[in-house]
Amino acid sequence: MKEDTRKSKLKFKFDLWATNSEENGWNISSTDEGSQKMLEEESEKQIKIQTGTDVIDDFILEEDTTDDERMIVNMGPQHPSTHGVLRLQAELEGEVVRRVKPVIGYLHTGMEKTGEELNYFQGPTNTTRMDYLSPLFNELVFSLTTEKLIGIDVPDRAKTIRILMTELNRVSSHLVALATGGMDIGALSMMIFGFRERELILNFFEKTTGLRMNHNYIRPGGVAADLPDGWQSDVEEILKIIPEKLKDYDDMLLDNPIWRGRLENIGILTTEECFAYGVTGPSLRASGHSWDLRKSQPYSGIENYDFDVPVLDEGDVFARWRIKVLEIFESLKIVEQALNQMPKGPYKIQDKKITPPPRKRIDESMEALIHHFKIYTEGFKVPEGDAYVAIESPRGELGCYIVSDGSSKPYRMHVRGPSFCNLQALPVIMTDSPIADAVAAIASLDPVIGDVDR
Amino acid sequence: MYTPDNILTTTIDKAVRWSRTQSMWPVTFGLACCAIEMMAAGSAKYDLARYGMEVFRASPRQADLMIVAGRVSQKMAPVLRQVYDQMADPKWVIAMGACSSTGGMFNNYALVQGVDHIVPVDMYVPGCPPGPQSLMHGILTLHDKIMAGEINR
Repeated sequence: MKEDTRKSKLKFKFDLWATNSEENGWNISSTDEGSQKMLEEESEKQIKIQTGTDVIDDFILEEDTTDDERMIVNMGPQHPSTHGVLRLQAELEGEVVRRVKPVIGYLHTGMEKTGEELNYFQGPTNTTRMDYLSPLFNELVFSLTTEKLIGIDVPDRAKTIRILMTELNRVSSHLVALATGGMDIGALSMMIFGFRERELILNFFEKTTGLRMNHNYIRPGGVAADLPDGWQSDVEEILKIIPEKLKDYDDMLLDNPIWRGRLENIGILTTEECFAYGVTGPSLRASGHSWDLRKSQPYSGIENYDFDVPVLDEGDVFARWRIKVLEIFESLKIVEQALNQMPKGPYKIQDKKITPPPRKRIDESMEALIHHFKIYTEGFKVPEGDAYVAIESPRGELGCYIVSDGSSKPYRMHVRGPSFCNLQALPVIMTDSPIADAVAAIASLDPVIGDVDR
Repeated sequence: MYTPDNILTTTIDKAVRWSRTQSMWPVTFGLACCAIEMMAAGSAKYDLARYGMEVFRASPRQADLMIVAGRVSQKMAPVLRQVYDQMADPKWVIAMGACSSTGGMFNNYALVQGVDHIVPVDMYVPGCPPGPQSLMHGILTLHDKIMAGEINR
């Protein structure tokens, strides 16, 4: 009898979650109202749910579970090691995670909606802030999609600059992944090391684009500015220093029994599970499947570069850590080739309707002034149609889908974020593993919540 | 009357204010892009430890300063307020970056247009994202503000 009441109670809760009714405290219709009112209108119940003091429990208990062994632990959204504002509801049995549910949306910024209000020229400003560890990739995918819609091809120098910058960005992104991954597990030196090396690349980015992050550098039609004077020596320095430092990481961690014991055979993800959940990027390649969009769907002339795609078979946290180190070496190979083969010529397309004229021309030519004014106010018109382009970001397949209605602003812009799909695999990784491994599992997937929620 | 050389005279007020500035422990409240710059400020090159601030406390009970680093969504707003409420007095808030100061470039349905709608802000750090130097300038300006202010707030 007691058993039945408990089950019916759980069933009742499940219904509440599924129907999303107002009894549950959620008020969907109020979301379009102003932000100031929202806090006043929130019920105490909703605040409790949002702050994690009250857990909505949609788990149906298994028959053999008794209540005193079962505990629901809330982790996040404000938690130092969830890589941003991810929230997890974990059902524990003793120390073992039986079920886990990621709750996302704490960083929902409405960027896809904002993308409909900005014209194509301003678009990269918005998209660059999605995955904030790999901003140049976001700009690149938006620019490639726009260029596909217009049907233009950018000059060779622009292509090479794009490859150079994005591959450097992949290195800096992986360095942060290694750094925060180490910090989460307690290897604090790794955190200091990773951010130290990242500064090298960021200094080059700042010199080239003007900003350390969120560059708005790659734009439809090319890049915003040419590479600065003396960029070769900066890139050469990066190419010289980073491999040396990666050796230090290996000395510190590769044969470190604590590190290996902590990461090996933890959080295993098989190739089939990766396919089922749409996991791409380093996590897929660490699970034994060689899939890299740089090889299978080359973009921006990356098919002309000589590099390998590292693949590991284990699929555990250690493999996912290791593959990032290996990928940094491959990216540096591409950077070296881009450095040596940088063609001369224009760095953006010479179409006056798409790229603004140089500042000097505005003083000399009336037409240049008009073009400049038109581009910066109205933007350029893009023919009707839709296009999808995917590139290999540091976290996997980053795709951008744009529907154009012939105006200068996208009718709809959608971004397929790799972190979002990779995060789906988190319950698979964490289920039936100790709670102590949860943090290692999250860190190994390397989700960027800005990319998950957008 | 004999006075030994190694005695320093000051006022309680000054001593308290000085001690408050010298080890302001921030709570880890990284939200978005700015959080990465906040971490960069805490790591080797910029080294917040110079100001006694390298310990980012995971527990708000042990923290004096909340650096709201990044955009605050409507869903995150109650969480932010609760973390602020859990911090022990005296406490200070830095709104780091354009998004947390004003909503930044995202004037839409999802974002709180400035974190000062939710918590009182002592210092705004401009930039998108502000570099570690900007953040440190904000922190040092906050130190000046504390040194110039009252001890009862």
